[in-house]
Amino acid sequence: MSSPLTVTVNGAPIVVPSGATVAVAMVIAGKACRVSVGGEPRGPLCGMGICFECRVAINGQPHRPGCQILCEQGMDVRTDE
Amino acid sequence: MSRRMRQRFEVLVVGGGPAGIAAAVRAAEAGRRVGIVDDNATLGGQIWRGESEAGSEASRWTERLRSSGASLLRGRIFYQPEPCVLLAEADDLVQELSYEKLILATGARERFLPFPGWTLPNVMGAGGLQAMVKCGLPMQGKRVVVAGTGPLLLAVAAYLSQHGAEIEMICEQASWTSLAWFSVALLAQPSKIFQGFQLKKELVGIKFSPNSWPVAASGRTTVESVTISRRGKLETIPCDYLACGFHLVPNIEVPVVLGCEIQDGCARVDDLQRTSVAEVFCAGEPTGIGGVELSLIEGEIAGLAAAGRIAEASSLFGKREKLRLFAKRLDRTFRLRSELTNLPQPETIVCRCEDVRYSHLRDHISWRAAKLQTRCGMGACQGRVCGPATQFLFKWNPDSVRPPIFPARIESLAGLTGDSKQELCETTGGR
Ligand SMILES: Cc1cc2nc3c(=O)[nH]c(=O)nc-3n(C[C@H](O)[C@H](O)[C@H](O)COP(=O)(O)OP(=O)(O)OC[C@H]3O[C@@H](n4cnc5c(N)ncnc54)[C@H](O)[C@@H]3O)c2cc1C
Ligand code: FES
Repeated sequence: MSSPLTVTVNGAPIVVPSGATVAVAMVIAGKACRVSVGGEPRGPLCGMGICFECRVAINGQPHRPGCQILCEQGMDVRTDE
Repeated sequence: MSRRMRQRFEVLVVGGGPAGIAAAVRAAEAGRRVGIVDDNATLGGQIWRGESEAGSEASRWTERLRSSGASLLRGRIFYQPEPCVLLAEADDLVQELSYEKLILATGARERFLPFPGWTLPNVMGAGGLQAMVKCGLPMQGKRVVVAGTGPLLLAVAAYLSQHGAEIEMICEQASWTSLAWFSVALLAQPSKIFQGFQLKKELVGIKFSPNSWPVAASGRTTVESVTISRRGKLETIPCDYLACGFHLVPNIEVPVVLGCEIQDGCARVDDLQRTSVAEVFCAGEPTGIGGVELSLIEGEIAGLAAAGRIAEASSLFGKREKLRLFAKRLDRTFRLRSELTNLPQPETIVCRCEDVRYSHLRDHISWRAAKLQTRCGMGACQGRVCGPATQFLFKWNPDSVRPPIFPARIESLAGLTGDSKQELCETTGGR
């Protein structure tokens, strides 16, 4: 694997291995991806684009499935909080 | 604004797992103009994704695919605007893919069952956690409980353990008796079928407990422990992750939307993997859960048949038959025990998208009634998670799939003509 990347999650820098998905970055950061309609924190469940529990805003685009998108250097990831 | 692109293929394959790859390879090698579209960042499907070890079966097939001349496309099929055309969405690109023959190889997903605490972060599917590790999640020193049912649990435990995780226990709901019977059947089966049963070396020293299942997960912000029912007694195990899945369910949404006949939750196919819809073939897990080898052989048959190589396709029927027999045994061994219908408590969330609780669902008579009155299954996953769960808990039958097959962005729908656009905008809720 090539060298690690840095993305920001709600503004805080997080270092991830290259080839990591955004959902992986969220788990490494220890951050929930979204807050459910009833107010519960949620994180990835299926890891394969089925459940949408991993959706986050990526570079300003809302509701992106984090488990299907690879991290890129400097990517801006934001959650519902 | 989305960009649009149009491409034309003699054979279009949906799904880039073993079945889709084998189908694309066979059709392209027979000289057809082939496109293969998958919605993931890397090809290979659930089992081969991210695997690149030289000489492995995965790398042999992916190499063969790359030199076959087939076009590899990234995107998720979400709609059929007119006959023989499908739309695929990826980032800001919408591709309009037209075809003469279509091969559906959309694979399977895990079945999830609700129990108290299953919505906590770091409670994931068994294959779900494996997929995350394949995509870079570090496991070194993490304590993991693997639970649920099916051969996947063993494959996942072995994989996580190789990556440094401490597997606290594998909890399998099936009984010793059915597992023992299954192992005997395995001895009679020369090929490997499901990777899990070949990984004994990696599983040495890991506690494997049949007749066991999770009854609750607890923790403040993420999971910290799981309580297991083990041969009738409760036991609490501290952990960093709970990897929990109850075998697999075929992804039949695309075949359903295209009008293919469904039988017992699977797309019905004939000897040549043809569905009930003309020029549409189906291969791999959507025709029944059978593991990687069955997916490969079905993919090869579908690819050859779509390219008109009937004799070559027929020569593979015998091999497929043996593998199908094995698939039937798989189903029987890992059938869910009825006690699992008691897992949810009244306040347990069943539909994670809309936070619908068990107590709000149990009095409804059907999936349709529950959907209308509680919004169960109406969220982003479109019932892919709670549908199979409520089918098991309440014996509800899922109803038809409405387009789009996956939630699509509103920009992706721009350029469609009046009626279809209206229909889609209603069901995507203006996203
Ligand atoms: C999470 C998970 C993990 C698994 N891990 C193992 C394992 O470790 N060992 C093992 O032996 N078996 C494993 N299996 C079983 C596995 O499904 C089969 O062995 C094998 O991968 C099946 O191949 P397939 O080609 O039929 O389906 P898959 O490999 O599932 O491939 C289907 C592909 O189609 C894509 N797709 C689906 N719908 C669309 C759409 N609308 N548009 C575009 N693309 C789409 C999917 O994303 C996927 O990439 C796993 C299954 C799951 C669900
Ligand atoms: S984790 Fe389920 S869609 Fe990403």
